[in-house]
Amino acid sequence: MIAETPAQAAAAATEAILADFTGGAHRGVIVDSPPGAGKTTLVVTAATTLADSGERLMIVAQTNEQVDDLADKLASKAPALTIGRLHSDGFSVPARVTRHPGVTASNKIEHVEACTVVIATADKWAYVTGRTWTWAIVDEAYQMRSDKLLAIAALFDRALFVGDPGQLDPFSVVDTERWAGLAWDPMQSAVAVIARLNNLPVHRLPVSWRLPASAAPLVSEAFYPFASFRSGTAAADRELRLTTAGFPVPWDRTLNEAAASGWALHELPSRHTIRTDAEAVQACAGLATRLLQRGAVAHDENGSHDVSPDRIAIGCAHNDQVAAIRAAGIPAGVTVDTANRLQGREYDVTIVLHPLSGRRDATAFHLESGRLCVLTSRHRHACIVVARAGIAELLDNHPSTGRVQLNVPVKFPDGWEANHAVLAHLSRHRIEA
Amino acid sequence: MSIMSSYARALAAQEGRAQPVATVRHVHLSAAPMVFIPLRLAGEAAAPLAAMVGTDPENPRLLVVPQPRNRDLRFAFMAELADVMLPYIEGFAEVVETVEAKTPYERYADAPQILVPSRGGVAFTKLLGRSTRFRRADGPYPVHPTVPVLGQWLTFFADRAEYAGSSALVAMTDALALHFATGQSPMEDANLATQLAWISPPDGQSGAKAALAAEDPLISPPAGPDTHPDFDGQVLEHAIRAYETSGSEAQVREALRSQLTPTWSLMWHAVRLLRGLPEAATVDVRWVRDREQFTRETARLAEGGSPRGRVDSAVRAAIRLADLESVVQTYEAQRAFDDPLVMIEHRVAGKAFTGEVVGVDAARRIVPAGKTRPAPRPLVTIRTSDPVRLSPGRKLFSSRNRKQRTEVVGIDGDLVVLQINDQMGRGASPAPGSLPEVGDVVCYAELDPGGGQRPRLPAGEDTPWTHGGPPTPYTPTDEDAEEAWS
Repeated sequence: MIAETPAQAAAAATEAILADFTGGAHRGVIVDSPPGAGKTTLVVTAATTLADSGERLMIVAQTNEQVDDLADKLASKAPALTIGRLHSDGFSVPARVTRHPGVTASNKIEHVEACTVVIATADKWAYVTGRTWTWAIVDEAYQMRSDKLLAIAALFDRALFVGDPGQLDPFSVVDTERWAGLAWDPMQSAVAVIARLNNLPVHRLPVSWRLPASAAPLVSEAFYPFASFRSGTAAADRELRLTTAGFPVPWDRTLNEAAASGWALHELPSRHTIRTDAEAVQACAGLATRLLQRGAVAHDENGSHDVSPDRIAIGCAHNDQVAAIRAAGIPAGVTVDTANRLQGREYDVTIVLHPLSGRRDATAFHLESGRLCVLTSRHRHACIVVARAGIAELLDNHPSTGRVQLNVPVKFPDGWEANHAVLAHLSRHRIEA
Repeated sequence: MSIMSSYARALAAQEGRAQPVATVRHVHLSAAPMVFIPLRLAGEAAAPLAAMVGTDPENPRLLVVPQPRNRDLRFAFMAELADVMLPYIEGFAEVVETVEAKTPYERYADAPQILVPSRGGVAFTKLLGRSTRFRRADGPYPVHPTVPVLGQWLTFFADRAEYAGSSALVAMTDALALHFATGQSPMEDANLATQLAWISPPDGQSGAKAALAAEDPLISPPAGPDTHPDFDGQVLEHAIRAYETSGSEAQVREALRSQLTPTWSLMWHAVRLLRGLPEAATVDVRWVRDREQFTRETARLAEGGSPRGRVDSAVRAAIRLADLESVVQTYEAQRAFDDPLVMIEHRVAGKAFTGEVVGVDAARRIVPAGKTRPAPRPLVTIRTSDPVRLSPGRKLFSSRNRKQRTEVVGIDGDLVVLQINDQMGRGASPAPGSLPEVGDVVCYAELDPGGGQRPRLPAGEDTPWTHGGPPTPYTPTDEDAEEAWS
């Protein structure tokens, strides 16, 4: 048998998904998509396919940013389509959406319901009543809490649920143990609930177009143990080059390692610190600054471009860390955010403050595999992890001991194991600061 | 733990005495609370052993199960407990007040309040309710008719305890921890005796020393629901055996009285301590919710309401989750706006700031997003020395007017510029008094006491296919009533 190229594998998967979705045998189809696997492209293809056969559909995404991205892509790819962008009162729709003549934006469903495609956040859809659509696409369905799906499920007959199972689970500020084990536990993701209560086909997108060949195997093995995927590009397709040589100092050596191998662990001396560890914060900000000073150029399958500030992100676990890194002085335009907000975004180079760096304990929050998965799968070229030494020992001192509850499906991967897998890989790219 | 509470704990350890972390009392304290200290048999999930209960510190009622492995005696105990609790609870369902609203409605002027020593007491109350509410006065294994009624009430109280800021069923250690930081860990604070030792140590003794002394189970036996293993083996075992041979409860009663009386005194000591603090501004607002829920439950039971099912349906669970989340948000905000010492925690975290107004542009009018005509959107500039970590666009509220919506426009050094969005009257320019003035000291925080608007969820019978379709409504069966009880 001749091995499929990544493009052929992806095309075959898309075809099978559309056949199942529009075939009518199931009320819903679930699509698991690893990071950067062309999820948005799939949504756009499904929407245009339905629209071409004269059907109307509704699209649900989770944040306004996701909705605007989708509306923009949809309108760019299918200019003839009429698209309704439904939004909340007082929200101003960005120009990248309103520039398309086919897009109508309004905060009232009456103004946009005639459009072939109506797109809004789940929160906004929850206020729509008295109308139904035959077809729906729910994007980022693993980020959606199941009670949000409950509020909008009456609006559609059939739905395509698309999302990344490796991302962060929905969370709540209250104790939700009361519902643990129930099939409709409102704290689960929308996909978890529909999959448990309905027998629906599950598809997988097999190729990550974002992650380079250096990252796809690790991310796949650590975070998607039963749904492996491969990189859409070969090692030779991507190259990160630093145009200046740099000094033999830790920051520059870390950047050299990242440019050469796609990974770097910038390791600070072992120490218990407060969350906003001044040295780690300084390292994150300093590495971003130095990366720009050294003039990084990224070569990929689409050509070459300078790595500008907007192609760099710094990710961490907590909001106070974000604030501290911003306050430490970062080049204008570099994104600094928590894992929750970086979900679904893409950069050339990411700098990650390891969630367990400097901690005394490994709590469920810090061990959650989704958090580390989001942080280590946003990059097209290189990922630099900043951490205090001693995380492996910390993990060994805090074996994963969550309470076992009846009827709660076992979750894979285990955060503890995923953390170890990533650390083991990073130890080969360690630079001691 | 936040930096502030870590600091307060370190300070307490250094000073040898608990430090206040609140200036006002954030829990409601009834004029006549019922103190309830339940004990259970070690090794059993929900086998009651004893309880000390009552509203009069001088006159506690001691109830015991002389042979806790005998299920008939357990139900006799529950019937006795119902004799004490039901008159107390139902006694509040007498004085009614009418609430002026669009459709006026009635609610009881006061409501019952139950105080237990710790979270373990709350959890055990829930279990007792769970194991008695399905029982029946007729059919196989009948119980006294008051037992299932008490089960319904205990379930109600345990349910309310999950709502932030509810004072219907209060764990005393939690209530104390809201107001005092001790020099021990939060885990150790779950021991009422040591926590109180830190808060009010005997004269001339440090909190640490007093707490160490209080750890002795002979001086302060565990506050329940679990008893001390030494007591179980050396005292209780013999007392139960004596009951089996002689049929006299006396020895069991005396043994359990010795275990419960010290906690009983500690509970009332804690009540006096908390009464010494002035009540916070919004405590009454939250107590009104408890009263309204009590009114609804009374009406539901009067109509012969069936016991709550064991599991929530999809729609009920979603509604409850939304309710729980909204009360947490409201409670956090109310507590901070009520109490400058609580607000400090948010100020240290950069989510709130206090400062002096240095400029007001009251005449500013802009066309807000989504609108066509210009509207007043005044700017207020505040100088603050707090470490502000807010970004433009963040929505803030202030202690000046907790309903007024404002948003951050920009931060430049120690100057914060806010835009005021509403609550300025209907005129073309802001109504007098609706804006802060230059020289005012104000506090703004990213805390919304409003709770926010919520979309409607489908009715239970309209549960969509995604969530398993409409559930079959729960009706209690004989089988539920026969369920094994251990």
